[in-house]
Amino acid sequence: MEVLGGTFCDMTPQELAAPVSTVEEKWKLLPAFLKVKGLVKQHIDSFNYFINVEIKKIMKANEKITSDADPMWYLKYLNIYVGMPDVEESFNVSRPVSPHECRLRDMTYSAPITVDIEYTRGSQRIIRNALPIGRMPIMLRSSNCVLTGKTPMEFSKLNECPLDPGGYFIVKGQEKVILIQEQLSKNRIIVEQDRKGAVGASVTSSTHEKKSRTNMIVKQGRFYLRHNTLSEDAPIAIIFKGMGVESDQEIVQMIGTEEHVMASFAPSLEECQKAQIFTQTQALRYLGNKVRRQRMWGGPKKTKMEEARELLASLILTHVPVKEFNFRAKCIYLAVMVRRVILAQGDNKVDDRDYYGNKRLELAGQLLSLLFEDLFKKFNSELKKIADQIIPKQRAAQFDVVKHMRQDQITNGMVNAISTGNWSLKRFKMDRQGVTQVLSRLSYISALGMMTRISSQFEKTRKVSGPRSLQPSQWGMLCPSDTPEGEACGLVKNLALMTHITTDMEDGPIIKLAFNLGVEDVNLLCGEELSYPSVFLVFLNGNILGVIRDHYKLVNTFRLMRRAGFINEFVSISTNLTDRCVYISSDGGRLCRPYIIVKKGLPMVKNKHIEDLSQGYRTFEDFLHEGLVEYLDVNEENDCQVALYEHMITKDTTHLEIEPFTLLGVCAGLIPYPHHNQSPRNTYQCAMGKQAMGTIGYNQRNRIDTLMYLLAYPQRPMVKTKTIELIDFEKLPAGQNATVAVMSYSGYDIEDALILNKASLDRGFGRCLVYKNAKCTLRRYTNQTFDKVMGPMLDATTRKPIWRHSILDADGICSPGERVENKQVLVNKSMPTVTQTPLEGSTQPGQPQYRDVPISYKGSTDSYIEKVMISSNAEDAFLIKILLRQTRRPEIGDKFSSRHGQKGVCGLIVPQEDMPFCDTGICPDIIMNPHGYPSRMTVGKLIELLAGKAGVLDGRFHYGTAFGGSKVKDVCEDLIRYGYNYQGKDYVTSGITGEPLEAYIYFGPVYYQKLKHMVLDKMHARARGPRAVLTRQPTEGRSRDGGLRLGEMERDCLIGYGASMLLLERLMISSDAFEVDVCGLCGLLGYSGWCHYCKSSCHVSSLRIPYACKLLFQEMQSMNIVPRLKLSRYNE
Amino acid sequence: MAATVTNVEEIRSRVILGEFGVKNVHTTDFPRNYPGHDDSWDKQKFKKNFRMDIVHLDESSIEFDMVGIDAAIANAFRRILLAEVPTMAIEKVFIYNNTSIVQDEVLAQRLGLIPIKADPRLFEYRNDVEESAEEEGSEIDTIKLQLKIKCSKNPRASKDSSDPQELYLNHMVYSRDIQWVPIGNQADVFSNSSIGPVYDDILIAQLRPGQELDIIMHCVKGIGKDHAKFSPVATASYRLLPEITLLEPVEGEMAERLKRCFSRGVIDLEDINGKKVAKVVNSRLDTCSREVLRHSDLKNLVKLGRVRDHFIFTVESTGILPPEVLVMEAIKVLMAKCQRFLNELDSPDME
Repeated sequence: MEVLGGTFCDMTPQELAAPVSTVEEKWKLLPAFLKVKGLVKQHIDSFNYFINVEIKKIMKANEKITSDADPMWYLKYLNIYVGMPDVEESFNVSRPVSPHECRLRDMTYSAPITVDIEYTRGSQRIIRNALPIGRMPIMLRSSNCVLTGKTPMEFSKLNECPLDPGGYFIVKGQEKVILIQEQLSKNRIIVEQDRKGAVGASVTSSTHEKKSRTNMIVKQGRFYLRHNTLSEDAPIAIIFKGMGVESDQEIVQMIGTEEHVMASFAPSLEECQKAQIFTQTQALRYLGNKVRRQRMWGGPKKTKMEEARELLASLILTHVPVKEFNFRAKCIYLAVMVRRVILAQGDNKVDDRDYYGNKRLELAGQLLSLLFEDLFKKFNSELKKIADQIIPKQRAAQFDVVKHMRQDQITNGMVNAISTGNWSLKRFKMDRQGVTQVLSRLSYISALGMMTRISSQFEKTRKVSGPRSLQPSQWGMLCPSDTPEGEACGLVKNLALMTHITTDMEDGPIIKLAFNLGVEDVNLLCGEELSYPSVFLVFLNGNILGVIRDHYKLVNTFRLMRRAGFINEFVSISTNLTDRCVYISSDGGRLCRPYIIVKKGLPMVKNKHIEDLSQGYRTFEDFLHEGLVEYLDVNEENDCQVALYEHMITKDTTHLEIEPFTLLGVCAGLIPYPHHNQSPRNTYQCAMGKQAMGTIGYNQRNRIDTLMYLLAYPQRPMVKTKTIELIDFEKLPAGQNATVAVMSYSGYDIEDALILNKASLDRGFGRCLVYKNAKCTLRRYTNQTFDKVMGPMLDATTRKPIWRHSILDADGICSPGERVENKQVLVNKSMPTVTQTPLEGSTQPGQPQYRDVPISYKGSTDSYIEKVMISSNAEDAFLIKILLRQTRRPEIGDKFSSRHGQKGVCGLIVPQEDMPFCDTGICPDIIMNPHGYPSRMTVGKLIELLAGKAGVLDGRFHYGTAFGGSKVKDVCEDLIRYGYNYQGKDYVTSGITGEPLEAYIYFGPVYYQKLKHMVLDKMHARARGPRAVLTRQPTEGRSRDGGLRLGEMERDCLIGYGASMLLLERLMISSDAFEVDVCGLCGLLGYSGWCHYCKSSCHVSSLRIPYACKLLFQEMQSMNIVPRLKLSRYNE
Repeated sequence: MAATVTNVEEIRSRVILGEFGVKNVHTTDFPRNYPGHDDSWDKQKFKKNFRMDIVHLDESSIEFDMVGIDAAIANAFRRILLAEVPTMAIEKVFIYNNTSIVQDEVLAQRLGLIPIKADPRLFEYRNDVEESAEEEGSEIDTIKLQLKIKCSKNPRASKDSSDPQELYLNHMVYSRDIQWVPIGNQADVFSNSSIGPVYDDILIAQLRPGQELDIIMHCVKGIGKDHAKFSPVATASYRLLPEITLLEPVEGEMAERLKRCFSRGVIDLEDINGKKVAKVVNSRLDTCSREVLRHSDLKNLVKLGRVRDHFIFTVESTGILPPEVLVMEAIKVLMAKCQRFLNELDSPDME
């Protein structure tokens, strides 16, 4: 304090040293956190780790290619780089490309992957640098993206929105997100109960090379190992013996020498005895007979015993390293597994699969690295195959492998996987669909929400509640509100505001540190120590490191070292008292979040730190480095005492929450006063916020999307939250502050319908713009012909363009600003009739024939042409994109919603003079029926109205932050000061009668969102129209102008009612009635009054049947089934 | 039935503001509803009771009292002011060039909402029969306006400036940039009153160098029922005159509290025998927040009411016509409607 000279920013030393007392100060850590970590930082961090670190490791693991044909020949990768995104202009000339250009031109935003190689050509050894092997799609805002480190000004020069979160890819012009995948943690022992109640343990091992799952099960009190390479379950004692632990005593020592442990393991030993297996050789022979043969190719033939040994070494529990068949570590691991199961049997302490400490999240980087490794291996094996083929042949030129390195395999592999979302890796038997999704650009929030989405690997059809229900351990990590309704409920989740996902870390230094801190190496132990009551087992990323006597000291020192910055801040350490273990984790995919450290009942973060922070002297990283704040993952969180607020700190408290509202995610963060709402309402709003129209980015007007909804006059919400400020929702809002009167009006407001004020609509309330695009490419064909765009066709008499072409310019493309009607032509494209290369010898036609293939506009309402883009795509074909625009004012049936899951359609539009008005002459924009409240219990909306009203009167924005925000009492006092009623209820006069209303009306501004569902896109009716070719029944669906189906249930009603003629009309006459000629003699169908079977026309009569029925008869005939119609007179 | 009620006079003439709702909201003084009251229409009586006092008048707004009239008639004036007094507004927008980022439709809507200073009484309604977009209006029913502006870089701006105000010329398009293009003899007829936007500082669009607007607009006469842009008022509404009655004398601390429960100037404290006694001075100023009803000890000492036939009108003009003229126009519209109804009644077609 002396250094500071006593005072600092008008604060006394006492004040500065005082703990953070008020909530307003502490939350400033949050923007600081978001500045360094950001909302989509997980994606970007993970991708950066992949292209900068992981890719080099992959290269190292596959660095050398040799050939069977020539032992002298080799190719060795020296280094690998991912460059900056560029586009090839012409051969070998490339220039940097911006993401927006890729979006517009339907290209992939990708960078070349280059390698340095060393290889032999003949007898020469050659080193080549910077050789491209393929292209890597680049994540926006990653370290290799052109956008990193740019100022907002530079962003706008690149046509990019500075608020856009990045973290997605642009593939073939489409924005694709690799969703976060949730999985059960790898390399961890999970003890669980099967359906019959038997306890077992399972481990999913995963290393770079292999993935395998090992199960331990108990059958009749005996332990068995189950693995899919073993044809039947192997007794565990035999496995132990196979791994070289031949003495029963040693096995039991490792597992534990307590009375009940020995008792439960005894049957297993007995079984081994019965099988007459005493030595390793016997055990291996036994196992060798059980091995499932799979690998037939490659390598010298192995004996069964060798195979068994190989299996034990590399397939069972693959993640436990075995060097030169030293099975010690694996034996101990297996023994620990057995011990866990035995201990769990007693009092059912099985692990929880849904616990978030047992889960790992896979991010874009991890998924891409799997994919890349697969492609890289395929690329290398292809090179090897080529080398094997070509080297033996004697050629004039020496074999030069560089000429055979083709780029398209890796490029196409990456692009196809991202654009289709199919991740199929044969090596890991992985075949996942829907890994990527198109980034939803309906609104800024929908894009942000997509970046924080987590999808579970669980099947959606399974009817289990466990994985879907809210887990206590997801507190603060995943948003409790933001999940879809219906089949994906609880399986698709979203990250909370402050969650970070770790990336992999080097574990070498951690091992060293652990040993220095007194951990005794597992390889130096005899086995019995594992179960000593005085020691704790130490695990590092699922592997047993050793044992420790004083685990308190280990954990405390470890944390101290981490706070001091000697170990990475994301390494976690936690004790599990029931299992008597210390877990150290440094693996990637763990969920973690920052907390303020509390020491001796005082939070470490003081006012002066926050003061420094707000003045910019300090960043979030400084807080980390100085040990004021630290990250805790789910497991470590369980090991700590976290206080929610300062006043809850007790002497045991170790950490303090930064801000409670961060337990919500991005979408739930928009809701004002969510803690006053019934929980499902917040969930509904999370789903609806993503459908709200508004603004999608500063570059929205430069985009040419397939569908884009914008609001003409978006507004900032009157009642905002801290989250709204943090995610810049105010800069890209999606909604308007509507003056709402909560009252009944006219009966057109039942079932949540809203009444809108016509004058408000005239003045621009809810007015939206709908943009659609039309696309067309002009191709070149193999026979030297190409597509053409022709000018407009002229009417023969008037010399004016015909109606269909009236909006075309002389170049045959519609001109901007024009109004397009249904069926008018946008691009008058024609295509050559012959596009194939003519056969050899056939004469070349002089002029190619063209056929019109116009791009025409389809839509019930007219559009305007906003802009036309003429460019070329990656294949050098001309690309014409047309952006079409519609302006829509709200109409009856359009959907609106407030921010509290209260959606409703417009039921009536009322002229202003009929609207009720209050003493000051204000008319509501929206009238909402009060019946929407009691059952929904959205008290938050009531408070939002009050706070909004007070804010309007005061000229300021109120906060409705979760677990905080402006107090109702203060807000109501404000209302009184401005002469309004304390409860927000106003005296209102009816606009129709001119007399006052008998009730006081709850009246004030509420933020309303216009949702994308509009009647104009949905209305549909048909009298007559197109029919399906095969059945001659009316087509299905609005897009095909289809008929309205009289379905089964409707049919049942009519049958029950007995309306037979109506049924006949609906099901046949109005659908697919067909006149057929049936021969009464043979019962077959004839035609033109002639039976082809009987060769006569005597008994042919004509009747009407559904065409589908006639089709059925004919199809049956084609399968040698003869349906015959028996005719009789109706009056007989 | 009503005769049994003792407070007939209150039911007839006052609206009571209760704690949980408004009582006596409806007019009940129909003829023969109350025994002993002759409620039949009497012109003389109406003449005697009816009065209009202008309380406040400036160029944009008027506040006047309308006393002694039924709510239906008062409301009719309000409704007519909102929806049926005609004005001139931009109806057709011919966009020759618009390279700004504002979409054509949005720009047209924005232009439409600009109040145009032109006396609608001097124009005719445009005949809707010949509905064709290219139809040129005539001098009696159309005003032609033009907006032609182009943004450019300011050559004299300093190099390191980042203020758009300094960097660009014409980057803000205001309503003052709209020019009137007289048709036919309009230039002579309206020579003394310049036609154009009422306010010249309405922002229409923002431009950046190279962007331009070239627009011709046609203003026509219309009414607010058709579109809010034709409405001559920003708002027109009324409230009933508040009436606060103290049922018992309120003194001391309670009087202080009572005073604070109402808007400033409603309650005054008089010093009577050293005690502060509350007195209602000007109940007209009250905003009817009903704050007093929250105080359990005060709420039974006060009666909050409103005078049923005393309407305090507030009319805010958009500036096209002076507010007092608007009220006159509204009355004329109502008179014309009545006349039409009378004619209709008299017409021989009525069966």
